[in-house]
Amino acid sequence: MEVTGAQALIKSLEEQGVEVAFGLPGGAILPVYDPILDSSIRHIHVRHEQGAGHAAEGYADATGRPGVAIVTSGPGATNIVTPVADAYMDSVPLVVVAGQVAAGAIGTDAFQEVDTTGVTMGVTKHNYLVKDVAEIPRIVAEAFHIATTGRPGPVLIDFPKDVANQRVEWHSAGRVDLPGYSPPAEPDPEAIHRAVELIRAARRPVLYVGGGVVKSEGSRALAALVEATGMPVVTTLMARGIFPDSDPRCLGMPGMHGNYTAVTAMQRSDLLIALGARFDDRVTGKVSAFAPEALVIHVDIDPAEIGKVRRPDVAVVADCRLAIEALVEALAEGGPLEAARLAPWMGQLAEWQARFPYTYDAGDGTTIKPQFVVEQLRAATPDDAILVSGVGQHQMWASQFWRFEQPRTWINSGGLGTMGFGVPAAMGAKVGRPDRMVWAIDGDGCFQMTAQELVTMSMEHIPVKIAILNNSYLGMVRQWQHMFYEERYSSVYLSPDLPDYVGWAESMGAVGLRVTSPEEVRPAIEKANEIEDRSVVIDFRTDPAEHVYPIVPAGMSNDDIVLHPSQTEPAQ
Amino acid sequence: MSPATGGNGRPRYHLLSVRVENRAGVLARVAGLFARRGFNIFSLVVAPTQDERFSRISIVVDVESAPLRQIVDQLHKLINVVEISELDPGDAREAELLLVTVGVPRSGEPGLVELIGRFGAQVVEESPKATMIMLVGETGPLDEFEAGLGRYGILEIQRTGRIGLPTLSPAT
Ligand SMILES: Cc1ncc(C[n+]2csc(CCOP(=O)(O)OP(=O)(O)O)c2C)c(N)n1
Ligand SMILES: [Mg+2]
Repeated sequence: MEVTGAQALIKSLEEQGVEVAFGLPGGAILPVYDPILDSSIRHIHVRHEQGAGHAAEGYADATGRPGVAIVTSGPGATNIVTPVADAYMDSVPLVVVAGQVAAGAIGTDAFQEVDTTGVTMGVTKHNYLVKDVAEIPRIVAEAFHIATTGRPGPVLIDFPKDVANQRVEWHSAGRVDLPGYSPPAEPDPEAIHRAVELIRAARRPVLYVGGGVVKSEGSRALAALVEATGMPVVTTLMARGIFPDSDPRCLGMPGMHGNYTAVTAMQRSDLLIALGARFDDRVTGKVSAFAPEALVIHVDIDPAEIGKVRRPDVAVVADCRLAIEALVEALAEGGPLEAARLAPWMGQLAEWQARFPYTYDAGDGTTIKPQFVVEQLRAATPDDAILVSGVGQHQMWASQFWRFEQPRTWINSGGLGTMGFGVPAAMGAKVGRPDRMVWAIDGDGCFQMTAQELVTMSMEHIPVKIAILNNSYLGMVRQWQHMFYEERYSSVYLSPDLPDYVGWAESMGAVGLRVTSPEEVRPAIEKANEIEDRSVVIDFRTDPAEHVYPIVPAGMSNDDIVLHPSQTEPAQ
Repeated sequence: MSPATGGNGRPRYHLLSVRVENRAGVLARVAGLFARRGFNIFSLVVAPTQDERFSRISIVVDVESAPLRQIVDQLHKLINVVEISELDPGDAREAELLLVTVGVPRSGEPGLVELIGRFGAQVVEESPKATMIMLVGETGPLDEFEAGLGRYGILEIQRTGRIGLPTLSPAT
């Protein structure tokens, strides 16, 4: 059967099992948008290409399957660079198809020409410029293989218009043959053996669990490891939910805005077992002062992460789930661990947990505290609801005050910290998991960056719920100006009622609600939870002066953690 | 190429021999990776191998900018990079090519003739005012030759940078 390049692309996507693509057409990608009409793939027509990219990320994070986006050349392609970079930092599997000017016109500064392959080289796991129509099935198969295996990431296919129009005899992709690509899988038994020896000997161990365990679907294996060893767990911003917050061994989030016990447990530990975590500066604080007494076992599928920041004592280059399973097995072979060995350590941690939990001032009963909104949202929402967030103070409060019980119920932009992630990522999550309730906790600043995707959701019947923690500021930046720039507020004020979020939501086909006092918080949430056929936006007018605590000021040691003012300084 | 050693006395420059898939843009990927990660390239040579599907890139990297292990691990992440050999001076044959034009004719400069003879260099072109010379060899002798030419006035010079292959093992 003879097909066009565009048809070959769509057929190839279908062969990869693609059910949904997010995108927006334009000149160079026109040939591809024609066969989409006849395809089984649901195409969700976004209002901005950034929305397509973040939606594809939300879809991937919620389902574990690759997200797909289709955009045109030039401005369409540059508009999706931010989500592609975001996916690269957070290891999200994406395949992005970008139209390109005709191959013969490349390099002539043709209309809407951008060197998309060049621009995205540093923010993709790999990218392709399609030059020969016969290569399409192979390239698409390779793109999905690369995006989803090893350390996942975004792959971009730069697709010239004339190649899309050329005709070719249809053929399925053969076996993927990439001589330079063979991601590790099984751990080295010798390394596992050495890791087990360290685990047996440790008296102050901490499992430092990152997003890699989520990607490898390692929650059950992790639970078994904790069961077998009794070790406490910290879950990074990328791993919230991989281990239940309700388990007393879960210390919560480490890092700049992590809780005291998680941060200090790492600082005092004698063994850090890093699982799919990358010693990000937001976790380590000043690297030279990070966990000074700890030996380190580092498990990661990306060999380049090993020793990038901290030299490990044992390196396990493998899929996290397989490595954790191997650890559990090897531990079992050596007989049970002495149960009492961690008792003093666990006692110390429990004491810290009791003394230094996350806390906030309840206030005078008239202002709405953002943390209170998060608590109320959580209380009114099922355990399996998916929570998405933007970037800023609200993101930290969401991570701190939501109680996560299941993996893949928390979706956010960690590595790149992309404002505007929330609304479109929530759309993608809901498309991927229509059976789940999806809430986004967004900032007023973030919401203004990508709110237009509510129009898409109304048109496409994708109902999500959005809680704007409207503090009328770029709150996180305001906090830094307050703490580190002598309260000289520069370009952070937004206004509480410009725009009118309720009116704006309504104009986009969503239900808009406004909440101005604490007692209205819970009823509004309950009302939103009852609305199933439309998106809901709640404008919560929260206290503009609220700060995120604890905080480890940038560049400082984690020992210099600043607690909430109501908590006395711990005796060091 | 000096200083040839870093502060710890270990060689500052390491030669990596990188086999890559011969695809468009692969050089840009390698160069882009070095730029983005802040790794320094001292020299880089690329050419196809006997198997046209692959090219070989010889890269001399500055390990003061980043640990060699990290450079190698990041390079490996490029999908088109197939194989990386770290060529230790003991286990590898290295060579470099130098082309140089000096601002004197060979005749009337016995010192220059002697220098050329001593290093086994070749005169590739001559004019009444200048001589173009080629020398192939290891980096050290090339450095010495270049230094020796200084007094004749170097007008133009191009060195390729080091290339290398593992030495023959008894099995090869
Ligand atoms: C695209 C982008 N621009 C700028 C920033 C820097 N930044 C980080 S948090 C923040 C404030 C976010 O404001 P808002 O959405 O209202 O959240 P809040 O901190 O008030 O909860 C800014 C500007 C960013 N992370 N992303
Ligand atoms: Mg705000």
